[in-house]
Amino acid sequence: MIRPDAPLLLDICDLHASVEDQPILKGVNLSIRAGEIHAVMGRNGSGKSTLSKVLAGHPAYTVTAGSVNYRGADLLELDPEQRARIGLFLGFQYPVEIPGVSNLEFLRVATNSRRAERGDEELDTFAFEDLVHERLKVVQMDPAFLGRSVNEGFSGGEKKRNEILQMALLEPLVAILDETDSGLDIDALRIVADGVNQLAGPENATLLITHYQRLLDLITPDYVHVMAAGRILRTGGKELALELERTGYDWVDLELARLEPETVEVA
Amino acid sequence: MPAVALPATAEWLAALAGSPLPGRRHEDWRFTDLAPLQSVAPEPWTGPDPFALAALPDGITRLEPSEAQQLRSQVLQATGSSAAWPVQLNQGASPRCLALRVSGAAGPLQLSIDAGTAPGLLALQLLLILEDGASLELLQHHSSNAANATSQLTVAQLGHGARLHLGVLAPGDCRASLLSHLAISQAPASALQLTTAVGGWALSRLEPRICQVAGAAHTRLRALQLVDGQDLADTHSHVRFEGPDGELDQLHKVVADGAGRSVFNGAVQVPRKAQQTNAAQLSRTLLLSDRARVDTKPELEIVADDVKCAHGATVSRLQQNELFYLQSRGIGADQASKLLLRGYCEEVLRELPAAAAALNPLQLLLRERP
Ligand SMILES: Nc1ncnc2c1ncn2[C@@H]1O[C@H](COP(=O)(O)OP(=O)(O)O)[C@@H](O)[C@H]1O
Ligand SMILES: [Mg+2]
Repeated sequence: MIRPDAPLLLDICDLHASVEDQPILKGVNLSIRAGEIHAVMGRNGSGKSTLSKVLAGHPAYTVTAGSVNYRGADLLELDPEQRARIGLFLGFQYPVEIPGVSNLEFLRVATNSRRAERGDEELDTFAFEDLVHERLKVVQMDPAFLGRSVNEGFSGGEKKRNEILQMALLEPLVAILDETDSGLDIDALRIVADGVNQLAGPENATLLITHYQRLLDLITPDYVHVMAAGRILRTGGKELALELERTGYDWVDLELARLEPETVEVA
Repeated sequence: MPAVALPATAEWLAALAGSPLPGRRHEDWRFTDLAPLQSVAPEPWTGPDPFALAALPDGITRLEPSEAQQLRSQVLQATGSSAAWPVQLNQGASPRCLALRVSGAAGPLQLSIDAGTAPGLLALQLLLILEDGASLELLQHHSSNAANATSQLTVAQLGHGARLHLGVLAPGDCRASLLSHLAISQAPASALQLTTAVGGWALSRLEPRICQVAGAAHTRLRALQLVDGQDLADTHSHVRFEGPDGELDQLHKVVADGAGRSVFNGAVQVPRKAQQTNAAQLSRTLLLSDRARVDTKPELEIVADDVKCAHGATVSRLQQNELFYLQSRGIGADQASKLLLRGYCEEVLRELPAAAAALNPLQLLLRERP
């Protein structure tokens, strides 16, 4: 839902970032207001996951220029845990498995960290069990997954559902979902999309990173951005995604060649 | 504080064992300094017999001394344990002895062996016969509170189809030593699960020595050893297959912190007659300090040609991706590290016998890391 007067939640200006001295992001600009759903599309390797990890504060990435403002604060100054506590959420493309750490315990500690920041009282194990069972319904997840180690031996689809369960518990203001649709069969995709739609509201915003129109058939974006070579090349409405589906990414190469003729070769 | 060796102690221990203390020139003791053992007062530990308190559940009866004697020599011979110095020491130190026969499905048994604050050497022997088809879950809980030493010899003979789930939970004292030798022979179709969790001793040496006397048995070994401060923890495991179709599944985990030292030597012997053996050994080390030292050596002697034997060894720090995942959910770096460390340990601790849970093994073993 686009409301021009809605508060600005995330403002990314000319963001440059590198990994191991290799520049990956080369001037990303993106503003997100409350209530909006954004989709970022683009070829493999265009920098989508890098953008999400930089926003979440992954230590392997170095910001070399630009700024990110989150609700009036300098996001880049904050530790990853602090960013999460104030309402930034990253749903990982590849959620890690953590053997030996109970999923339930992990979810409880995470939820309480966010609650403490918001001034809510800490939930003991019993109160938390009630909450988590209610939130499990958002992604139709079997409570048996709570008793296992974090993501250990989960299928691809189960890991993604576990991500959305975390989102349901943490109630973020800005949720970045990195290829949450990849590796899902059509039923799982519907469940995950349903979950995201349930959680989206006028106070929060969602940034979907995806390759496929099929997710956007289920979650309607207000804006679609096309990313290439570490920047956003074009922004449009939901029809841009449909156009991409028809035309593919060949025009992206041409446009890139025009922008930086010396660095991009056109096949 | 480094242990101060008492000159009289080495002599006393050597006299008990009938053989001098092993030193660095012995391959099996190359990395293991026995100084903490030599700082113990040269006298037998005096205190109430820890075994006297053991309440025996149904299905467990005591062995006659002659039966016990025969069992001990049979098993020690089968496992090749007789020449091990910790066994010689134990035999020579007039050990307190508990010798049991298990028939059918016996109830769980827990033995608390607390060397407490008394000085000297506490020597104990536990001898077990599991009859054909018998099963037992047994937890040995070692502890100490002073510069003393515990010498434990556990001998078990598993009959056909018998099942033994043996746990050793040993949170120690940074002045104390623990020498624990476990000699176990397995008849075909028997299943052994041995889970050991040791940490906090000035010196600990675990020697599980297992023999599948005619193959076709299942052996599952799970071990966790933690070192911190000046601790030294050493495990020398030895598994031998004397017939075909045997299985071994071994996981050895180490947490090395402070200036601690960890030694693991995992011998697996698969002679020609042990075709179709399936053995896997994995050793994993979590290195938390630059000053800690870790020596890990698989020692696979495989002569049979139609076998599956896998082994691997990893040494790593806390995984950055795992830490970041937890942090990205609002969990602070310190708490995230603690969760990961606990998870790393829990993978082994959850395989201790059920009775261990009430003792809170994580808290006992990680107590210096509040
Ligand atoms: N941790 C990393 N180490 C090295 N290279 C990386 C790392 N993360 C990303 N890259 C590189 O950055 C580029 C963009 O990757 P990524 O952000 O994952 O793209 P996308 O998510 O759009 O497929 C790729 O060339 C990738 O190889
Ligand atoms: Mg990606």
